[in-house]
Amino acid sequence: MKVKELEYPFDTEAILARKKRLRRELLESGAAFTDKKVAILGGSTTSGIKQVLELFLLNYGIRPSFYESEYDQYYQDAMFPNPSLEAFAPDVIYIHTSNRNVTAWPQVADSAETVDGLIRAETDRFIGMWDRLAAVYHCPIIQNNFEMPLYRLMGNRDAYDIHGAVNFLTRLNMEFYAYAQTHENFYICDINYISADYGLKEWSKPFYWHMYKYALNVSAIPYLSFNVANIIKSLFGKNKKGFVLDLDNTLWGGVIGDDGVDNIALGPEEPEGQAYSAFQRYIKAHKQLGVLLNIDSKNDRDNAIAGIGHRDSAFTEDDFICVKANWDPKDRNFAAIAEELNLLPESLVFIDDNPAERHIVTEQLKGVQAPAIGDVTEYIQTIDRSGFFEVTTLSKDDLKRNEMYRENVQRARLEASFADYSDYLRSLDMSAVIRPFEPAYMARIAQLSNKSNQFNLTTRRYTQAELEQTAADPDYITLYGKLTDRFGDNGVVSVVIGHVAGEACHVDLWIMSCRVLKRDMEYAMMDALAHACQARGVKKIVGHYYPTAKNGMVREFYGAQGFTKVSEDGQGNTDWEYELGGDYENKNKVIRIEE
Amino acid sequence: MTRAEVYERLNGVFRDVFDDETITVCDETTSDDVEGWDSLEHINLVVAVESEFGIRFNMGEVNKLKNVGEMADIILRQLG
Repeated sequence: MKVKELEYPFDTEAILARKKRLRRELLESGAAFTDKKVAILGGSTTSGIKQVLELFLLNYGIRPSFYESEYDQYYQDAMFPNPSLEAFAPDVIYIHTSNRNVTAWPQVADSAETVDGLIRAETDRFIGMWDRLAAVYHCPIIQNNFEMPLYRLMGNRDAYDIHGAVNFLTRLNMEFYAYAQTHENFYICDINYISADYGLKEWSKPFYWHMYKYALNVSAIPYLSFNVANIIKSLFGKNKKGFVLDLDNTLWGGVIGDDGVDNIALGPEEPEGQAYSAFQRYIKAHKQLGVLLNIDSKNDRDNAIAGIGHRDSAFTEDDFICVKANWDPKDRNFAAIAEELNLLPESLVFIDDNPAERHIVTEQLKGVQAPAIGDVTEYIQTIDRSGFFEVTTLSKDDLKRNEMYRENVQRARLEASFADYSDYLRSLDMSAVIRPFEPAYMARIAQLSNKSNQFNLTTRRYTQAELEQTAADPDYITLYGKLTDRFGDNGVVSVVIGHVAGEACHVDLWIMSCRVLKRDMEYAMMDALAHACQARGVKKIVGHYYPTAKNGMVREFYGAQGFTKVSEDGQGNTDWEYELGGDYENKNKVIRIEE
Repeated sequence: MTRAEVYERLNGVFRDVFDDETITVCDETTSDDVEGWDSLEHINLVVAVESEFGIRFNMGEVNKLKNVGEMADIILRQLG
C-alpha cells in the first residue's frame, strides 16, 4: 500500500493531524510487512519524531517496534549497561541529537589550542558512544549531524573564526564525517542539509524548544522522519532500482512527433531547453549509482530514437536498458520493462509530466510510485527529495549494474538464436567462484540478503554485522557465489547460509539474484553446499520454504534439487530433507567452478 | 466566525488527532475527558488547531489552557 499523503511532496499538516488514523489505515491495509526494531536515543523530545517515522516506515513496508530513550538520556542509554535496550536487541539505532546537545562552546578569548580541545572532547564523547553501541548491539547506527546555530554572534565572521558557533559546528560535522567514512554500519542523518532545505529560521524556532523541548519546529518533523525512514528502508533493501521515463515534455520540451527533432526544446539556446538539459544530466548522473534507466513513451520508435540522439542530448541509446516507444498503454509497457529486467514493477519509479499517465500506471500497477513532478524547473527537486535511491552502501556491483543489465539483454538475444537451451548455457562460457564469506564481499552479501524477495526460500534478513558474526561462527556454513560469463561479470549473485546441528545442516538462507535465473547457478551452489557438508561429516541437509507474497517461484525449489518434502503446514510452510550418501554427483554441468 | 463554527471545526480536529469519530467537545471539555489526550498529544493537538485556524498560540496561552472553552476564546480573539 502506498499512501499519497506520505509521498513527497507530502502533506505535512495532514500527517501531523491524522497520524493515528494514517497509522491504523496502514496497519489494516493487509500489506506484507517486514518487522524491524528501531531504538531512538534522543537528546531532546522524540515522541512526535517516532510517531511520524512509524508512518513512513509502514508506507515502505517496514513495521517498526520502538525503544525510545527517556528525555535527553541518549548518552546514558548508550554508554552504560542497559538491560532493557539489550533485551530489545535493536535492528537499527537512531541517535537524535542537535546543536542543543553541544556541551561546551568556544569563548571569544579562547586560544586555538583550547578550541581544538573542545572539538576533541565533544567528538570523543560521541565516538565513545558509537564504538560502544557498535560493540554491544552490532547493528547500523544513524547519527544526526549538527544543524547550523540559531544566531551568529559575530555575524558573517562566525563562519570562519574558530570561536564562531558556525565554524565550531562545521568542524564537529567534519569529525562526524571522518568517522562515517572509516566505519561501516554508521550513517549520518544530514539535518544540516534538511534544516537548510526547510529553512533554518523556521526549523530552529525556539518556541518548540522552550515549550516542549523539541530541538526542531514540530511542523518540520515529517521532513526529519522521512529522511530517517529513507536511510532505514535503504539499509533494509527497499530502495528503488530504476527509472521508467517518458520523453515528450519530460526529457525534452515539446512533442517530437509533431514538432520534429530540430524543434524540441533541449540544449543551451533558450531557457526551456536549458532546463530540460539540466534534467537530462540529473537523470544520467544516476547511472553512476547503478540506477537503471528505461523509456516508456507514446511515440513512433524512430522519433524516440531521434530525440535521444538529438545534438544536445545528454544520452545515447545505450544509456537505456529498455526503450519502449510505441502506442500501447503506458502501464502495459511499464509492466513489460519490469518483466524484461526481472524486477517487480514497484521497484521502478515512473517519471511522466502527464498526470493522467501517472494515474494509469499507479492504478494498474500497485505500489509503483510516480511523483507529481510539477514544472520542468521543479523536476529535479521533487525527484531528489523523494529519496527513492538513498545511498547507504555503494558496492562495486552498484557501479556496474547498468552494464550488467545491458549484458542481460544481449544474453536474451543470444538465447533466442539457440534451439536447445543447454547449448545456449554452454555458449555463455560461464565460470563461478563459490567460497565461504569473505570480508571484501560482506557489503554486497548484506545488500543481496536484504533485497532478494523472489528467489528467497526463507526471506530472512541479515545486517552486515550479523553476517560477519555468522561467518566467524564455526557452527555455520556460509557460501557466496560469483558468476562470470562471456558478456561480463555478474558479481555476487547467490548466498547460502546453513547451521550445523549434529549430523544435519539446516539451510537458514538461500537466495539468488533474479538476473541469473535459469543459468544453473543454483545447482552449482547446491554442489558447493553438499561438498561443504560432506567435509564436516554432515549426513543430511534440511531445507525450509516459507511462503511470502513474492517468493512463489521457489515453492518447489528444494524438490527440483532432489530434496524430499517431509512436512507442510496450513500456511504452506514446507520442510525438506536431502540425504547425503557416500558419493554425491554434481548437478551443475555447465558452469566451470574456479578453485 | 461564530463560536458554533469554531466548535464545528474543533470537533473535526479532535476527531482527526485522536482518531475517534465520536468526540464532541464543549467549553468544559478537558484532557481528562478525551482518551489519549496526554501532554505529548497535547502538542500535536495545539499544532493541528493552529494549522486549522491559521493562528499561533503563544507560550503563555498554551500553558494556561484549562479547557476547550479557553481554546475557543483564544481562537475567536485571534481571528477577531
